[in-house]
Amino acid sequence: MPLITKPNIVDTDEFYAKLLATHRGLSEAQSHALNARLVLILANHIGAVDVLDQALELARDGA
Amino acid sequence: MAYAYTPFPYVAAPGLSAPEPRHKVVIVGAGPIGLAMAIELASHGVQATVLDDNNVVSVGSRAICWSKRSLEILDRLGVGERSVTKGVTWKVGRTFHRDKEVFNFDLLPEDGHKMPAFVNLQQYFVEEYLVERAIELGINLRWKNRVVSVEQAADSATVTIETPDGRYSLEADWVIACDGARSPVRGMLGLDFDGELFEERFLIADIEMQGDFASERWFWFEPTFHAGQSALLHKQPDNIYRIDLQLGWDTDPEEEKKPEKVIPRIQKVVGHNDFKLDWVSVYTFQCRRLRSFVHNRVLFVGDSAHIVSPFGARGGNGGLGDVDALGWRLAAVVKSTADKACLAAYDRERTYGADENLLNSSRSTRFMSPDAGAERLFRDAVLHLAARADFARPMVNSGRLSKPCVYPLSAPDADLPQGAKPGAVAPDAPIENGWLTEALGSDFVLLALGAAPPDVTGVRILTPAVTDTLRKRYLGDKPHALYLIRPDQVVAARWISGTKADVEAALAAAWEGR
Ligand SMILES: Cc1cc2nc3c(=O)[nH]c(=O)nc-3n(C[C@H](O)[C@H](O)[C@H](O)COP(=O)(O)OP(=O)(O)OC[C@H]3O[C@@H](n4cnc5c(N)ncnc54)[C@H](O)[C@@H]3O)c2cc1C
Repeated sequence: MPLITKPNIVDTDEFYAKLLATHRGLSEAQSHALNARLVLILANHIGAVDVLDQALELARDGA
Repeated sequence: MAYAYTPFPYVAAPGLSAPEPRHKVVIVGAGPIGLAMAIELASHGVQATVLDDNNVVSVGSRAICWSKRSLEILDRLGVGERSVTKGVTWKVGRTFHRDKEVFNFDLLPEDGHKMPAFVNLQQYFVEEYLVERAIELGINLRWKNRVVSVEQAADSATVTIETPDGRYSLEADWVIACDGARSPVRGMLGLDFDGELFEERFLIADIEMQGDFASERWFWFEPTFHAGQSALLHKQPDNIYRIDLQLGWDTDPEEEKKPEKVIPRIQKVVGHNDFKLDWVSVYTFQCRRLRSFVHNRVLFVGDSAHIVSPFGARGGNGGLGDVDALGWRLAAVVKSTADKACLAAYDRERTYGADENLLNSSRSTRFMSPDAGAERLFRDAVLHLAARADFARPMVNSGRLSKPCVYPLSAPDADLPQGAKPGAVAPDAPIENGWLTEALGSDFVLLALGAAPPDVTGVRILTPAVTDTLRKRYLGDKPHALYLIRPDQVVAARWISGTKADVEAALAAAWEGR
């Protein structure tokens, strides 16, 4: 299955605001830890290894 | 070409020599919102008196981006076509990260609207046109009349005014405070804003140059010409360009405004020094509003009621939205055809509209000026990904441009196109001899498409031939429909088949502000 790279969230701004709100009040280390947990949670939700491989590659690009 | 400011004539007010009879409506402030308010009321048969402490139009271009909805309102007031003719029409916005384009948008991808998505026109031109229109309508404009105090009684308010010839006072049934962001009237009532103040400053400059920049909005994140900050370039009429440059919080605004500081910065943006500096200002970002816009006999409209950070063009446009929602109601209250309780609906609808503007503006501000830590991390990640994946592009937030809000009405609705649902502004469409928006806007209208309308007192019937555009925007796959449309062109209710009783009930609800 190809990784979805077209916009796929109905209200992007709303999601983005919630994402920031989830981090509010955390230290930088706590924020990094939250992000790590979030990646693991979403990866499990996706499940399909071929999709995750493409996501890993896209995230690594230009790092 | 720089704007030539012509002072308006000061005339000694009658109240200086003898008490004036009680006024129906006094408007404090002749900015775009106070002027529009006076013209709107006049179009509903109510003559207001406008007081302004100054005697020229806006110093500096200030509000420059007028939205489609604002242009429709200005058109109703009689200055829309003039504004579009003079203004720079644009609809494409481009966003760059460093020197690469990462995102662009087209604000009005469809035809069949009288007004374009956006027109850039300096606030001083809009005010000039509104002043001329107000004079044409015989509206009493009193320049160099500064309000110094407001006293409220149960059913009136009294303002004390300072003029070059001394002080006088006016009693009025209603006082509308259109006295801007620093609103002295707000202070006189002991009211204050709630909301956020961001630790961010922008330098804003108008320059005159013979350029060939496109009629588009260009926004840069971290451009090489202004490292680590943001910048915006917009074209205005008469070869005037607006440049906004993020300064950060640790700068001294007075220092930054000096030409020797400004000119080198602008040289870096435009790539040469063949330009003239026309106007410079520095502003702080704020997203705040009054808790309530109605305080007994004093009503707040425009910047006196709410202020937003720029980049969504939600200041001037948001104020015109207030005028739209208040005019028809207040005129009816003054003429005793509606109860003053309906003004609560003005408060409810426009605090709702202001909240939407505040929300969008604060989100844009956070994106442009992220706090250190997670905000910064995600902002940079979005910009990084935007060059590589489609989904990240709409996450790039360089301002979400002003759109009219959809009021949450609990009104009769039907399975008809979403764009014309109750609470939304009735979408424009070409009709015989003109445009739908031109045929609306002075009274309640019952728009009957493909069906015979019931005859209801207090509504004007409109039965245009059903064209493809009308079908698409109002009917969808249904054969016929009835739309009740308010004087502010907002859809009040709609039915596939509506009876006389249905329309009468919806009309009553709309007047009561339910
Ligand atoms: C530097 C700057 C840049 C801006 N850029 C943009 C932009 O790009 N886009 C945008 O949409 N908006 C912008 N704005 C905001 C926009 O200018 C306002 O939203 C708009 O002017 C609001 O109109 P108003 O009529 O409510 O207030 P104002 O235009 O501020 O008018 C208030 C009027 O009240 C008068 N007044 C004040 N006190 C008294 C008193 N005591 N007695 C009598 N009269 C009084 C003033 O003289 C003035 O004429 C900008 C504002 C500033 C300051």
